[in-house]
Amino acid sequence: MPTDTVDAPLTRKDFVSDQDVRWCPGCGDYAILAQMQRLLPNLGVPRENIVFISGIGCSSRFPYYVDTFGFHSIHGRAMTLASGLKITRPELLVFVITGDGDGLSIGGNHLIHALRRNMDLNIILFNNRIYGLTKGQYSPTSEVGKRTVSSPAGSLEVPVSPARIALAAEASFVARTVATDTRHLSTTLERAAHHRGGCFVEVYQNCNVYNDGAFDYFAERSIRAEQTINLEHGKPLTFGKNGDKAIKLDGLQPVICADDDPGRLVHDERAPSNVWPYLLAHMSPTFGLPLPLGVLRAVDKPTYEDGMSEQVDAAREHSGAGDVAALLRAGDTWTVE
Amino acid sequence: MNPTARSELDRVTVRFAGDSGDGLQVVGSQLTNTSALFGNDLATLPDYPAEIRAPAGTLPGVSAFQISFASEDIHTPGDAPDVLVALNPAALKAHLDDIPDGGTLIVNEDAFTSQNLAKADYESNPLTDKSLAHYRLIPLPITSQNQAALAHLDMSPRQAGRSKNFYALGIVYWLYDRPLEPTLRWFEAKWGSRPQIVAANSAALKAGYAFADTTELFTSAYRVPAANLPAGTYRNITGNEATALGFVTASHLADRPLFYASYPITPASTVLHELSRHRNLGVVTFQAEDEIAAIGAAIGASFGGSLALTGTSGPGLALKSEALGLAVVVELPLVVIDVQRAGPSTGMPTKTEQADLLQAMFGRNGEAPVAVVAPATPSDCFAMAVEAFRIAVTYMTPVLYLSDGYLANGSEPWRIPPMDDLPSITVRFRTDPEGFQPYQRDPDTLARPWAIPGTAGLEHRVGGLAKEDVTGNVSYDPDNNERMVKLRMRKIAGIADSIPSVEVAGPQRGGLLVLGWGSTYGAITTACEKLRGEGVAVSSAHLRYLNPFPRNLGEVLARFERVLIPELNLGQLRMLIADKFGVAGRRLSKVQGKPFLVREIRAAIVEELARMEAHAN
Repeated sequence: MPTDTVDAPLTRKDFVSDQDVRWCPGCGDYAILAQMQRLLPNLGVPRENIVFISGIGCSSRFPYYVDTFGFHSIHGRAMTLASGLKITRPELLVFVITGDGDGLSIGGNHLIHALRRNMDLNIILFNNRIYGLTKGQYSPTSEVGKRTVSSPAGSLEVPVSPARIALAAEASFVARTVATDTRHLSTTLERAAHHRGGCFVEVYQNCNVYNDGAFDYFAERSIRAEQTINLEHGKPLTFGKNGDKAIKLDGLQPVICADDDPGRLVHDERAPSNVWPYLLAHMSPTFGLPLPLGVLRAVDKPTYEDGMSEQVDAAREHSGAGDVAALLRAGDTWTVE
Repeated sequence: MNPTARSELDRVTVRFAGDSGDGLQVVGSQLTNTSALFGNDLATLPDYPAEIRAPAGTLPGVSAFQISFASEDIHTPGDAPDVLVALNPAALKAHLDDIPDGGTLIVNEDAFTSQNLAKADYESNPLTDKSLAHYRLIPLPITSQNQAALAHLDMSPRQAGRSKNFYALGIVYWLYDRPLEPTLRWFEAKWGSRPQIVAANSAALKAGYAFADTTELFTSAYRVPAANLPAGTYRNITGNEATALGFVTASHLADRPLFYASYPITPASTVLHELSRHRNLGVVTFQAEDEIAAIGAAIGASFGGSLALTGTSGPGLALKSEALGLAVVVELPLVVIDVQRAGPSTGMPTKTEQADLLQAMFGRNGEAPVAVVAPATPSDCFAMAVEAFRIAVTYMTPVLYLSDGYLANGSEPWRIPPMDDLPSITVRFRTDPEGFQPYQRDPDTLARPWAIPGTAGLEHRVGGLAKEDVTGNVSYDPDNNERMVKLRMRKIAGIADSIPSVEVAGPQRGGLLVLGWGSTYGAITTACEKLRGEGVAVSSAHLRYLNPFPRNLGEVLARFERVLIPELNLGQLRMLIADKFGVAGRRLSKVQGKPFLVREIRAAIVEELARMEAHAN
């Protein structure tokens, strides 16, 4: 994250644009916008050095509502614009706002490559498991059998796991949070903003018009404690209403155990290999396990833009700052009098 | 042979042909470089298969390189080679049709084994069956002679065989009185750390030269004196090199960093290779995951204030269409290189064509005009690259730069322009927040301000949704949309104020005008100059600006009775001219993956003139 400081402290209001917010009443996007606008003044980054870039979809209207520099691009391609901007202007704080259709279907390719390059981008994927803006078709994260306008007999497609895609792409920061849990959301976004390198944050976000209650199976208040784990680095995977359950391994399979079990697993978000976060990303109520929320992985890795500026510096050291006139005359030349 | 016995020629065209692994592109570029340093004018035409190594000895695996060098000003690599150097039967078979009667065939007879003859579908050996009686056939055991010349080097026959291309080059150097030193120097520069390769190639080159000098196979030898080119410092340059250097120079002139994002594609990739070597000049190259990512990254870099460039060939331009439309709406400067190749679809990747003109003009959803420029010669690629960025930043618009495979790989001497002679490119970022509106236009150019992130007080949002005039806010107002569509159209049309008029070569008015664009310049110019030399009244004009056209084009067309439009497509410029000026030009089309021959254009002119005369009677 850039470290430039600001003269006068900014407030949430400084990040509210003059545009009317046009999401459906009750949409989960409002909560994400509000938390982002609360977070931005606390980052110590001048407003003009912050850029939001989005693709197409409900979530991608986000940049219009934040009073920073913003770019509402085309379907699936936000990651590509953000990459070009970040390579050439590494001092900027760049957020990418995308959705499950934009980021995992039409733009799935770019998501993988943006993350593996480890550019210092903060990619926030709003996952509502449905296509909202195009009026309710199934998305790449919709469950098998999902009945929608484009799948009246049920979707035949196995959903992708956004976090596992990000991990497979070797993202240096991978986190999950829920739009309805504003505190968790805010903490997670803040962690991402402070991480240097490719960040991927999946936000479970309810679409109350086309896919209402999609996350009730773990996020509904009455069952959340039993169905989720709030990950904390260095702490056991404790969960349950009474905080008396944990996770241990049975062979290679995670299973539920008592909190005082000597074999209980402890979270290590800095584990160098992907094995640990992968295991976490595979746990879900589908397998009778709680869903881990929070930071799955946060490791330090060299960023693409640092590598690029090192190459520029090395080239200058090796062959001088460069002289275009000399370049044009390089190689064999001859003179006609 | 006594050098004074050499007879003098104005121009010579040599074609080397062999397997794609035989190193003929290298040999061709050495003859090119040597001839350039010698002071000849020249033009080259590499011709290689898309496969890296098609099965050895087969027709699809044949690779060739043609060079024409002259003591006069020339514009094309020549219609018909005077000499064909064929290293195997397939190479002879693939190229024989292009050699005129009496042409010289230098053939590696060692390669004419029954196996190789069969691979090339020869039923009998053409070296002995008298089928080549119309040519000056010089069969030489190049493989074995070369091997003998390298005997002292303790190499396997296979290793020694790798130098036979330079043995053949040595023969050609003797035949046309070329100095060996530039190539010997190049061996040192390229393989200095591997002395055995330097020794082998040097021995092969010298042995080929010595063999030709002492043998009586050649009854005559030639000289091609230096050409009388305008004063200046020259280097030989290919179109893609000139393109890359032009964009680096534009970045220097604009004092803004160059960002090049590209996905590898023939024949554009060498632009990426060249630009990626210039990190010390601050050039940042980005090999994107696909064509769309490449243009997306370029748009992002442009938003950030870099000179943003992406490059591709026709199939890639198709993939970039949607993002190009975005660049039109957000009105950011961007240059897109399309090194056209033969299509449709994957087509013939290594062959040339000019069939992307309409894609460049119209290949986007909605009314999305962009500026289109097209270099005319390999060295003109430099000037037009600078022009492309001048237009892009002056008018805040995407610019399409239409090169093609013929220009990209062809080469010619380039007079290196003194830096002071280059145009200036002025970049003015908006910095004043007072009264800032993202779509407030400059009254002269209609350009909107370039307001980049990091500038306090200019925070604003852009995007692909319809823009409200002046504020740039999202607007679905019907009248506003029509106004914005027309404003963008007018902005592009207004570029005509800043580009040169089209000039007519030959009679300034009268009967027939030959109108071309892009890489057909050489063939059209040569055909017209020759005919005028013979007393035929024919004029030519060449377009390097396709959108907008030069202001005087309509008036120029009106001065002629008839317009002939040669294009490497089925009549795309003709369609634009007919639409804009109501002039129904005569079409001359070719879509064979090859450039026009001078004689093809000449024949079309002669035919058209006869038709006009018949009509007049």
